[in-house]
Amino acid sequence: MHFAFTDEQAMIAETAKAFFAENATSERTRAAMTATGVDEALWRAFTAELGLGGVAIPEGEGGVGLGMVEFAILAEEAGRHVAALPLLASIGLAAPAILAGGSAEQKARLLPRLAAGELVASFADAMPDTAASDGALMGAALHVPHGARADLFVVAAGDGLFLVERDAPGIAIAPLTSMDQTRPYARLDFGAVTAEALTDPAAALAAVHATGAIAIAADALGGAQACLDRTVAYAKERVQFGRAIGSFQAVKHRLADMMVAVEQARSAVYWAACAIDEGSDEAVFGVHAAKAFACDTYTHCAGEMIQLHGGIGFTWEHDAHLYFKRARSNANLLGPPDWHREQIAALAGLDEAA
Amino acid sequence: MKLGFSPEEEAFRAEAATWLLTELNGAFADVRGLTSLTESPERRRDWERRLGEAGWSCVGWPRAYGGRDATLAQQVIFAEEYARAGAPPRLNHIGIELAGPTILAFGNDEQKARFLPPIARGEEIWCQGYSEPGAGSDLANVRTRAWREGDEWVVEGQKVWTSLAQFSDWIFVIARSEEGSKGPKGLAFLLVPVDQPGVTVRPIHQITGEAEFNETFFDGARTGGANILGEPGDGWQVAMGLLGFERGVSTLAQQMGFRNELDAVIAAARANGAAKNPLIRQRIAKAEIGLKLMRYGALRMLTDAEGGKLNPSALTYKIQWATWRRDLGELAMDVLGQAGETVSGHDYAFPMLPNLFLYSRADTIYGGTNEIQRNIIAERALGLPREPRGDLK
Repeated sequence: MHFAFTDEQAMIAETAKAFFAENATSERTRAAMTATGVDEALWRAFTAELGLGGVAIPEGEGGVGLGMVEFAILAEEAGRHVAALPLLASIGLAAPAILAGGSAEQKARLLPRLAAGELVASFADAMPDTAASDGALMGAALHVPHGARADLFVVAAGDGLFLVERDAPGIAIAPLTSMDQTRPYARLDFGAVTAEALTDPAAALAAVHATGAIAIAADALGGAQACLDRTVAYAKERVQFGRAIGSFQAVKHRLADMMVAVEQARSAVYWAACAIDEGSDEAVFGVHAAKAFACDTYTHCAGEMIQLHGGIGFTWEHDAHLYFKRARSNANLLGPPDWHREQIAALAGLDEAA
Repeated sequence: MKLGFSPEEEAFRAEAATWLLTELNGAFADVRGLTSLTESPERRRDWERRLGEAGWSCVGWPRAYGGRDATLAQQVIFAEEYARAGAPPRLNHIGIELAGPTILAFGNDEQKARFLPPIARGEEIWCQGYSEPGAGSDLANVRTRAWREGDEWVVEGQKVWTSLAQFSDWIFVIARSEEGSKGPKGLAFLLVPVDQPGVTVRPIHQITGEAEFNETFFDGARTGGANILGEPGDGWQVAMGLLGFERGVSTLAQQMGFRNELDAVIAAARANGAAKNPLIRQRIAKAEIGLKLMRYGALRMLTDAEGGKLNPSALTYKIQWATWRRDLGELAMDVLGQAGETVSGHDYAFPMLPNLFLYSRADTIYGGTNEIQRNIIAERALGLPREPRGDLK
């Protein structure tokens, strides 16, 4: 038992922290927000140059062969800067589906390119009436993260998971003006689109939910930590009534509450990630707990960031709204906190006979 | 990062579990499952002694002082198995978790040799003399005085909220040893025997109907001149060092008690149908999550502490557990409904869950109120400026 980073993990965290601090600047993120929501140069640097896109993909499949803990470290650091990257869509959702449920050929064809960032994929949870027959999809998916940028989609339709290419005949991709412009949605309409089934859809879907939830929860942790750090810095320098506002208990107690929540979110994210890596029977519980708790924490901290900054926090110019909007997007993706808590209620045995 | 335990550690677990179950199914079956700290005090003392004899009392302490030199992982495992076996909360928890570690950290060799083995053997029970009527959240405002007379210290004053003083042999006291000093300066950290004419313990009747806390009066109480930790004037530093120990491995044992309480809430919800209420389900799930996050938060703190670091996140632990437990008390009453508001018989003594609802109101006050905890977190962990102090007496 050693619930702290190993030296190697601490080194990855240092590297990622420095990388995002230097490169995922507000200016660059805002430039990406007016386009596809992807800072392409940042994505190339993260994947091709640093080789971090394949951190949780096995070495034999073109990745680095590390685990969920290392992946969570990267997602946390990206989240700290609301980095405009398809990290969740491509590496957090699509890649684990292919890794867990794809054939050997599909994995060999796609995973090395996903890890290298040459290919950007996303995950599309299709409407319930979407039909798959004879290798063709009919229907729609309403909210596909980074859908307008993705080259490839993993589509969940009925009991199956399918690979669909962005230029497949019969697909219509409509970019949606999205509240979170760093992770914009697109709507996909499938009119008899050629789709290639993954061989083990159940395993693929489980992997999407586990890895995706870790990616989102870790992003939420990094974001919430940034909200706390930046608001603390502001409370130390902003003077009203002749005092730094951070000396008022009405302010400092709210910052303390943010820290209490952020520290719990940190325990949740790394517990869940480590439980997956160790194959622990607590992993399912941990993933639900991390997703619910970290997303609630982010929502809380981002709201407090705006409130405690006062008027400046409500301006477009200040970054507070980037966090506030990412927090909202995180909460809804892969099921809101209430849904995850309901899964935990069932795991806690509430439905067993008295 | 690793959460699992090694085969050697699992072997230690089996050894501890076997010993605990043998005792608690045999000679100590009557203390198994006790929860209240004031119930069966004599048998609780026997149990402390039995743990001490077998070397299971203070497993993390050095062998020289009656401990077992257990590694961090072993301490965690023992805390888990202790609670899993249904062993009762430790009557001497203040001695084991507060007095002992403080003496280990600040005591000289004679003091360690004198005081630590009797704690480990379960022979001397300890309580804490910190708060006073005029020194609650503003603890440094203590008025209790101490001065030297010949070879002895003499103590005069009053302490409050001294839990378990009625069962204790020793009390550690912060008292003003420099006349005219103010605040954290000029204090002494004294070790004082309770059983003497100069010490009077009066129970405080609490909102639960029980009396776990006391007022303790010092009226010319005496202790040996050597029974001081640190130098006269260093009392505040020693007392603050002690607060750091309140977040040790014992938190994991405490959490096992919380687990039992949450299980009781779940059982009650299943029995009366409240488990079908979606709002209750959400709150139970929140409690489940909160309990896991306390466990993993504690493991993070302990791992860092073993590496010689005090993670600032350790400062968040008190408010976290106290608030969790207060919320659980409210949830318990919402699950029980009116059935939780009455008890059979004439004694004002409620069963576990309604008692939790009442008792947990103390959790967010003692050991530093939630508001003081927020100040500590804001000032020490986040580096925010201090609130200016007033000058009213």
